[in-house]
Parts: sequence; structure tokens; C-alpha cells
Amino acid sequence: MTRILPPGTQELLAPDPLLVPPGSRTPGRISQRGPLRREGPAKLTGLAKYADDLVFPGAWYGATIRSTEPHATLVGIDLDDAFDWSQVVVVTAADIPGDNVVSLIRDDQPILVPVGGEIRHQAEALCLIAAADRETLRAAKQSLKVRTERLPAVFDPLESSDEFSHLEVRRGDVEAGLAQAELVIEGTYRVGHQEQLYIENQAMIAVPQADGGVTVHGSCQCPYYIHRALKRSLQLTDAQAVVVQAETGGGFGGKEEYPSMIALHAALLARKVGKAVRMIYDRHEDLSATTKRHPAVIHHRTGVMLDGTLVAQEIDVVMDGGAYCTLTPVVLSRGVLHAGGPYRCPNVRISGRSMATNTPPNGAFRGFGAPQTEFAAEMQVNRIAEALGTSPLELRRRWAYQEGDTTPTGQVLRESVAAIDVLEAAAEASDYTRHSAQTSHAREARGSGARLASGIGIAMGWHGAGFTGSGEVHIAGVASVELTDEGVVRVLTAQTEMGQGTKTIFPQLVAGELGIEPAAVENAPQDTSIVPDSGPTVASRTAMVVGGLIIKAARRLRAQVESVTDRPFADSYREFALQHGALRVDEHFEPYPNVEFDDATYTGDAYPAFGWACAVARVDVDLDTGEVAVRDVVSADDAGRIIHPVLAEGQVEGGTLQAVGYATIEEIKLVDGRYLNDRLATYLIPTALDAPRIEAILVEKPFSGAPHGAKGIGELPMDVGAPAVVAAIHDATGVWIHDLPATPERILAAMTGAPAPGSPGVSSPAPKRGAA
Amino acid sequence: MSYRFFVNGDPVEVEVPGMRRLLDVLREDLALTGTKEGCGEGECGACSVLLDGAVVDACLVPVCQVDGTSVRTVEGLGSEEELNGLQAAFLETGGAQCGICTPGMLMAAEAFIASGAPAGDDAIREAIAGNLCRCTGYTKIVEAIALAAERRRAGGPGAL
Amino acid sequence: MPVEPPVASPRTLAQAYALLAEQPHRPIAGGTDLLVQITGELGDPPERVLDIWHLDELRGIRVESNAVVLGALTTYAELRRSPLIAEFLPAFAEAAATIGAAQIQNRGTIGGNVMNASPAGDMLPLLLATDAQLIAGTAHGERWIPVREFWPAYRRTALEPTELLLRISVPLTEDRQLRYRKVGTRRAQAISKVVMALAWRADGAADAGWSDVHLALGSVAATPVRAPATEAVLEGAAPTEAIADRAASTLAGEIEPIDDVRSSADYRRAVAARVLHRLIRDEGGW
Repeated sequence: MTRILPPGTQELLAPDPLLVPPGSRTPGRISQRGPLRREGPAKLTGLAKYADDLVFPGAWYGATIRSTEPHATLVGIDLDDAFDWSQVVVVTAADIPGDNVVSLIRDDQPILVPVGGEIRHQAEALCLIAAADRETLRAAKQSLKVRTERLPAVFDPLESSDEFSHLEVRRGDVEAGLAQAELVIEGTYRVGHQEQLYIENQAMIAVPQADGGVTVHGSCQCPYYIHRALKRSLQLTDAQAVVVQAETGGGFGGKEEYPSMIALHAALLARKVGKAVRMIYDRHEDLSATTKRHPAVIHHRTGVMLDGTLVAQEIDVVMDGGAYCTLTPVVLSRGVLHAGGPYRCPNVRISGRSMATNTPPNGAFRGFGAPQTEFAAEMQVNRIAEALGTSPLELRRRWAYQEGDTTPTGQVLRESVAAIDVLEAAAEASDYTRHSAQTSHAREARGSGARLASGIGIAMGWHGAGFTGSGEVHIAGVASVELTDEGVVRVLTAQTEMGQGTKTIFPQLVAGELGIEPAAVENAPQDTSIVPDSGPTVASRTAMVVGGLIIKAARRLRAQVESVTDRPFADSYREFALQHGALRVDEHFEPYPNVEFDDATYTGDAYPAFGWACAVARVDVDLDTGEVAVRDVVSADDAGRIIHPVLAEGQVEGGTLQAVGYATIEEIKLVDGRYLNDRLATYLIPTALDAPRIEAILVEKPFSGAPHGAKGIGELPMDVGAPAVVAAIHDATGVWIHDLPATPERILAAMTGAPAPGSPGVSSPAPKRGAA
Repeated sequence: MSYRFFVNGDPVEVEVPGMRRLLDVLREDLALTGTKEGCGEGECGACSVLLDGAVVDACLVPVCQVDGTSVRTVEGLGSEEELNGLQAAFLETGGAQCGICTPGMLMAAEAFIASGAPAGDDAIREAIAGNLCRCTGYTKIVEAIALAAERRRAGGPGAL
Repeated sequence: MPVEPPVASPRTLAQAYALLAEQPHRPIAGGTDLLVQITGELGDPPERVLDIWHLDELRGIRVESNAVVLGALTTYAELRRSPLIAEFLPAFAEAAATIGAAQIQNRGTIGGNVMNASPAGDMLPLLLATDAQLIAGTAHGERWIPVREFWPAYRRTALEPTELLLRISVPLTEDRQLRYRKVGTRRAQAISKVVMALAWRADGAADAGWSDVHLALGSVAATPVRAPATEAVLEGAAPTEAIADRAASTLAGEIEPIDDVRSSADYRRAVAARVLHRLIRDEGGW
């Protein structure tokens, strides 16, 4: 039941935990099962149009010429005289009218490396070509040569001296805490790259317009990021740069910033060709050149008393940003803020730095720094539990945040704390204690000839909802609800649908406020010439922040119509429109009350609220080969208010499997700064046969700052799945794996005492000349 | 060269190189863009179609081998106004999120259900093991296929 | 849209032979290897392709004179469905089930696996373990090639450019046992890290020695290989723990796998030994 809280009210919603078994009906819900997916029929019949499905008659085909070295000077680009270049358009950095910069945070990444400039990673874009057909394009590609002079390359973030950012969070006196501790456990954890692996490759089509502008259609999460980038680099006005999101086949953060690069490339070509240009990546190019999850090295020193009291956490985080800054400082920030795990500790020092290496730039991927540091935090808790002879469940019960506790930034968790709720829900649903006793017993009784071992593991996590600190204020998002002059209610936001269900829940939320059916509410297309900038579709902010904006807009719309018609909105809105014409309400983001953060000192309320999750995983390990079968995972996730149970479960199930892949088989090896796993035959994600049975438990601990109490769910499941699986591997085998992915190679080496494979995420040098 | 075959029950004739992938013939020559290209290397299954009833990756089939056969794509299952039983089951359970794997997934599921094999969890997962999904974790896809199989067995409304 | 080389689609074997005799052609069966290579630009595209999919002479599974004869165009799905395979060579169906998934199994062929000549070819260790014969043909007649001579080097076969692989003859020997194990990265759609086939003859008694031991492996060398030193340990011996230990350590010393994108030399070596040990243990029942 929604209530309108007057602005500035201190009142907190009474804690209202609601554990919801999937598919069940619950009273007081905004919706019981939720409307069917709005664009479902189009997707199910093959009618939904993704970028490559769009037809622009006469369009040319574009391709990118990329570096094959990790660090070099671009000396020249040579076009073979024997080829007929009159049929091909070539674009170099010299063709960029505005800034040769992919506009993001730091302005260090060029759109194209200029001749004489510095190549900083493999697969870096050097120049672009376009032709009317693919045979000509292929032949042109083979007739173009690039001349370079190699420079020394740095591959290990621990050896790099080129820093993107650093920060530190402190509370209490960690040195004193460690000195006082009766037991100090140290650990170094290393996580490698992970590819988002949306099944639809990145794609943009740019269409030049008569007004000198360009319209870009493509697969993306943030049309207005692209809009800003186009304006700056092509020197276009707001109206001249138009970005239209096509149906997007998955994003997961991988289509947050990278699409700006392709859009710029396609637009530069379209501008020069004078025709539409299609820039559709194949899987190999997408895997080779686009952003990945940041690898990280996380070092912990944790001090505890023998009775289990946590007294000190000293944590050091080093992230590999790749060659350019992109969003790295923000990833580091989130990683650092979550690095201690959801636990109450009086003495904390977390320091983090993000470093440059000569590898392709890393970027956003579901969780955005938290899955990396929370893996380390949870492994640390489990190792401490073992050292103390305590159950991992029991230790978490003692340590988990409760309402009123203070985080390392000094944030008091005044409300909406569901740590214990998710912990108990997951433990109960998975029958953790009983299974844990069984696996313990089985491990003791196991003979030397045993073939299989079963294990169960538990992990908890937290995820700050929305942007860190003043991020949301800087975004200054605007969302609108309008009543058209034909009497149709329409939602206008820049939030993109990429499967998570935006197009279904937005009409649902608005309809709920207006007292009409969701089917009567339309979504305006994500076209920058039509919708306002409500901010990017990232950071699990869509349901929480923008959902909140459209609820408020709808309330105002309703109030305005009803004040005129003096009848309920549902009965009078069409008549109102016919008589009075269109009416549009724009809602501007206003800071959540009582949320204050100091960006300079990194103290205060880092997030308006946190989401909480707990996962329990069961695995079987083949003791001959180290192969891991993840049998099932229970994931309990608190998102404040569950707007649409089926869609929410979908986020938990999908995020959990991505976390399982992260923990087990998603591995990228590098040689000479180049990804070796650059095809789907070699970058492996779980198939249906590999996937565990996943049980999603949806928990509600509403956040009073949002009109609907929702906090965001997209990323939370990603924070807990991997450590739960690795804890289960330990439970089965007795070995601790500190590196992700916990491949059979690492597990077998640990079991047999053989030397472990090298650090994940760090490139081997180029093979010596003359070697294979 | 000229190749003639059936697509969703309709006879077609295309004049294209024999090594053109069936995927490209469908998407470009026949303007049937429902079948998707996710990898071009037979790993993701987004391009799955039925070739004489058997599920195959259209990115690996040259059109010269399609001559004289019957091809079925997602466009041949149902319409937006009237989804077939399998599509309806996906809609009800939430089996499609971003939707890019969905056409191929539906074709693999269709082949499985048509085979009449008992629709247990393991059998369904094996039937779609060649169709990668990144969004759903497969949970609601398996649920949808089991539901559709059950309905088809039982007959009655929603069965087809 | 990848390169589209010219292709001929003969309807009879005679037509196919004539085309091969005229000019070099790269044959295409189910396309599950060749089209991946062309689309992925792995090496130069073939200049000219021979589509053999319509040659029914290359299909069929039958038993004749103590051998199972498989047409080169036998798909993995057909192997899995075949009652003859279930009765005489169930390990072949087991192996076929580990290849790709439904889509690949409906199109991939055993002939294609043989001709692609990958060191990781999943069926190939079974052919080595059973002393299969590969039958190739031209307009002038047929030639039988023992499997041990079929892959002389990395991704090379013993066939002349004018020859076409027609069928594979797998001898059936009395009392032969055949076991198969593939270790891949995931449960479907996985190229193997190690793949192994073990065959022996036992005369029935549980403590009887094994004879005619054939141990073949893939993914541990440039071609699929036999492991003669390890076979010698097992030859004449019963499957005891001591024998298993010796065989495993001999195998670990005998093979020289490499590090590659999928796995490491150390892992392959260790796992090949452990998997062999387990196979022997399962037989010995200890």
C-alpha cells in the first residue's frame, strides 16, 4: 500500500519484512504476479527489431582497423596503390571535427589514434573504412597496412606506476585493532576479467541527416551518453544529434559506455560517406575490443578475538583499469565502499587504487566493483570461521549489520536493513545447517578412492542502491508522464529496456497511481528527440530512482486532472484530453532527505539505502579432475519492495548464473595484452546443462525515501553467488581457492599440491620470436 | 545458382551463391529477421531453425544443402495476436527477457516437444544445451518448456 | 556475411570423383567445422568447395563381416539413435553425446570429425582404440587406410586431394571392452581438454589379465595418439591397484601435452593419468 510522505518527514516506514516464495500471491503488493511482459509477444514472434534487423536501403558497411600491439607509436597508415580506393571511404582521426575524445570522465581515450599518436592497447581503433558491399570492404581491409614502432608494455597492475585514482575509507584505529586481536587472518584474492557476453553483439547504424546532424540507431543502455559524445566530437547541437535505442539484446553494463565509441565511429563514417553506415560487430570483434569487468587484487588482514568478535579490517584493493580511464574511478569507489562486506566492525581501513595497463579498457559489468571485493570479503569470513571452529552461518549472524549500525564511511543504517533476514531466509530454504553437517561427515568418512565430493557454501553481500554519493544529484534526471491530446497516457524516460522489464513495470507503476490498467499506459520510445534525460540505465537505479520520479509525476498528473474534472482520473482523463488538450508533467530528481556524503573525504551516507543478499550454493566436485558441478543455488535478495515478482526473480536467477560463471568457467587468458579467449568456442558461459537449479527468495525491507519503497535488484545477486560457490568447493575438497575463476586447473593444483596456474587477469608476455 | 525449398510452409526460390549461409538467406534474401546471429560459429544457438524437423544452427548450413528441404523459423510458430502454446508458455513464465536468444530457443524447444520425449528437467536442459541465454539463468525457460510440453500432452486449449 | 567460395553439389559419387579429379576441392559435409573456419577467417578460405551432403552412398550404418561400417556422413545424432551402435559400439554413442549439443549433433558427421583431423576430435581416440580402417575412394577404386596411418601430422590426413572419405570400418573383436572419457570445460558445447578411449580384451574372470590393450588419447599431442608404453604396462595384467598406479604414472611420463587457451600441460598430464587410473579402478572394483 503506497503512502505519500510529505517532503522532509522524518517518519520511517515500519519495518515490514515480507518473504515471498516465488509465484505466490501476497496482499498489499503493488501487483500480485505482474502484467505480462509488454514487448513479450514481439520478442516471441521474431518481430522485435534489434539493430542488425533494421533496414536502411543503400546503407554502407563499416569496419574498424585495430592495433595488433599493446603499446606502440602509430607511425603511418598506408593504402595499397593497387587497390581502387575510390570505392571506399577511409576515416582517420584527422576527420574528427570536434574533440578526438570519447567523452566520459577523464578525456583520455581517443576515438581514433592519430598518426604520430600512441597506441595503448591491443585492438585499439586506428581508422575506419566503409564500402557499399562486404566484398569490397573485405578487400579494402586487406589492402590497408599500419606502420608502428613498438613500445614497452605494462601488463600487471601491481607493477604499473600509472594511476587512475585512489581513495581510502577509515574508521576507528585499524592498527590498534589488529594489535589487540587474538587472531589475524591474512589473505590475497585475485579476480580476473569477465565478459558481459550479451547474446546480441554491439551494433550501431548512423544515418546522416539533411540538417548536418546524424541519427544513430543501436544497441545501448544510455542514449544520452551517446548523445553527449556525438555533440562534442561531431560539433552538433542537441537537435542535430539524435540517438534511438533499438531493441537491445542484453547489456549488463557492457553497453553502458562502449556504445558511444561505436556510435562515434559509425557517425564519422556516415558523415563522410553521405549515407547510412552499419557498424555491426561480429562476436570475435566484440570479445576482442569491448570492455570487461575490472580484474582486481584484494588483500585482507582481519583481526578477531577468539570468541568471534570482529575487531579490525585492513583491506587493500588494486584494480586494473586497462589502458584508459573510462569509468574506472567509479568502479574502484564502489568496490572500496563494499570491500568490508555487510559486517559491523569498529576499526576499518580500506584503501584502493586503480592502475593503467596496456590492455583494452575495462568497464561496467553488473555489480561494478562490488562482486570483486565482496568475493574477497566473503572468502575471508569463511576462512576465519574455519580458523575459529565456528559455523560460517553463525559468524555472519554475529557480524551482520543491523539497523542502527554504522558503516566505515560513518553512515548510520537507519532503516531498510535486511542482512539478517536474507541470511536466515537463505539458510532455511537451503537447509544449510543440516547439509553442512552431512558434507562435514562425508568429508571425514571419505576414503582415498572417492570420486565425487559434495559441498555447501554460504555468502552474504550488500549493494548500495543507486549512484554513489552525489551521483544522482549530478545526473539531475528528469522523467515525465503525459496525457496526449488523444487521451493516451504515456511515460517518457530515457530508461532502456534490455530484458530487465522496464517497459513492463513503468506502465504498471504509473497505472497504479492513476487507477487505470497498465495496458492503457504507453512507453515513449527511447529516442533523445522525444524523451528527457532521466539518466543512464545502470547502477540498479531504474526501478528505484526513475520509478520514483514517474510515480510522483503520475500523482501530479492525476491531481491536476481531477482538480479540473472533479471526478476520478480513470473515469475522466480521456474526456479531459479531448476538451483541454495534452498535459505533461516533468518530474525532476530531488535528493533523498537526510542523505549527505562528502566526496572529498569519502565520509557520510555513501548510498541512500542498501540492498542485501545471501546465497547458498551446493556443488559436486570430481576429485579426479577438479571439475565442479554447481547443483543448486538459493539466493535471498532484498530489494525494498518487489514491484513485479516474475521480473524480480528473473533478475535474481540471471544474476546468480552470471556469478556462477564468474566463479567457475568464465576465464580470459592474455598473451601480449591480447585476449586469447576471443571467440565463443573459447570464452565459455554456462549452458542449460551446466546451470544449477536456482531458487530466488524475494525479501522486502522498504526504503522510505522512494515513494514505492523499492531499492533496485539488478546487481545484488551478482555480489554473492561466486563466493558461495567457492566456499562450497572448499567444503567439498578442503582446499581454499583464492583466485577467480576457480577452474579445475586451480582446484586440482590445490588438491595435489602442484604449482598453481598464474595470476588471473595478468597477461603473459609476447612469445619469443621463432617460438610457435 | 537457384535453390528451392520451403520456409514455414511457403515455397521459396533464391538465386544466390551455394555457400551462402542459410542464416543470411533467411535474414537478408528473405527478409525474415527473426532468426538471429549471435556468434557465427555454432556455439550460441541464436540462429537455430528446424531443417526437416531437426534443430540446426543456420549459421553453419550452406543453402546448397537446403535445396528441397523444409525449413521452419520462429516466424512460423505463431503471431503476435495468436502465440502458439510454447510462445504463450514463455510469456506466462517469464522465459524471455532481452529476447535475443528467444527465437532460437523456441525452435530447439519446439523440436524437443515435437519429439514426444518425456519432459523432465534434465531432458529439457539437454535439448536446449546448444542455446545460450545470458539473462534468465535458464530457470524460467525450462519452466516454460515443461509447461508447454505438459499442455500439449494433455491437449485442450493452449496445447498447440 | 562471410566469404562465399564457389561450390558444386554433385548428386552421385561418380560426379563427385570427377570434380575432385579436375581441380582441388574442399569437401563440406555438415559444415560444423568448415563454416566455422570460413566465417571466423581461420586461415584462407577454400578456393572451391565440394558439397557432399547429397551423396547417399556415404550414409548408413551396417554390420558386415565382423565390423560395424559407418558411412562418412553418419551424424552424431544417428550414432546416438542407432540400435546397431547401441548393441555393438555403445561407447561411440556415448562419445557422440558429448559433442556440441542437439544442433551440432544433427549436422556434424563422423567423417567430418576424421577429415578435420583436429587433435581434439572427440571420435578419433575411439577409432584408434578399435583399429578402425578408413576407406577412401576415387573413380579408380577404393583404398583401405589403417587408422594409425591416417593423421601423419597436425591437421593433416593421409588422403590425396582426389580422394574422398567414404566410410569407416570398425572391427568387432570378441570379448572386447571399450571405454570412453572426455574432460571438457563444461557439460555441452565444449572442446576437450583431454579425451581418452581404452580398449582391451578380457576372457571373463575378474582377475584375468587384459590383452590387446589399446589406449588412445586426444588433446595431448599434435594428432590423436596411442600410448604404447602405458599399453605395455597394462598388457597381460589384471586391473589391480598396483597396475593402475604404474599405468597412470607411465602415462603421465609418456604424453607431452601443451599449454593452450583451454588448459595447461600440467593439468592435462595429471588428469589423463587420474582418469586412466579411475577407469582401471572401476574395472577392478577396488
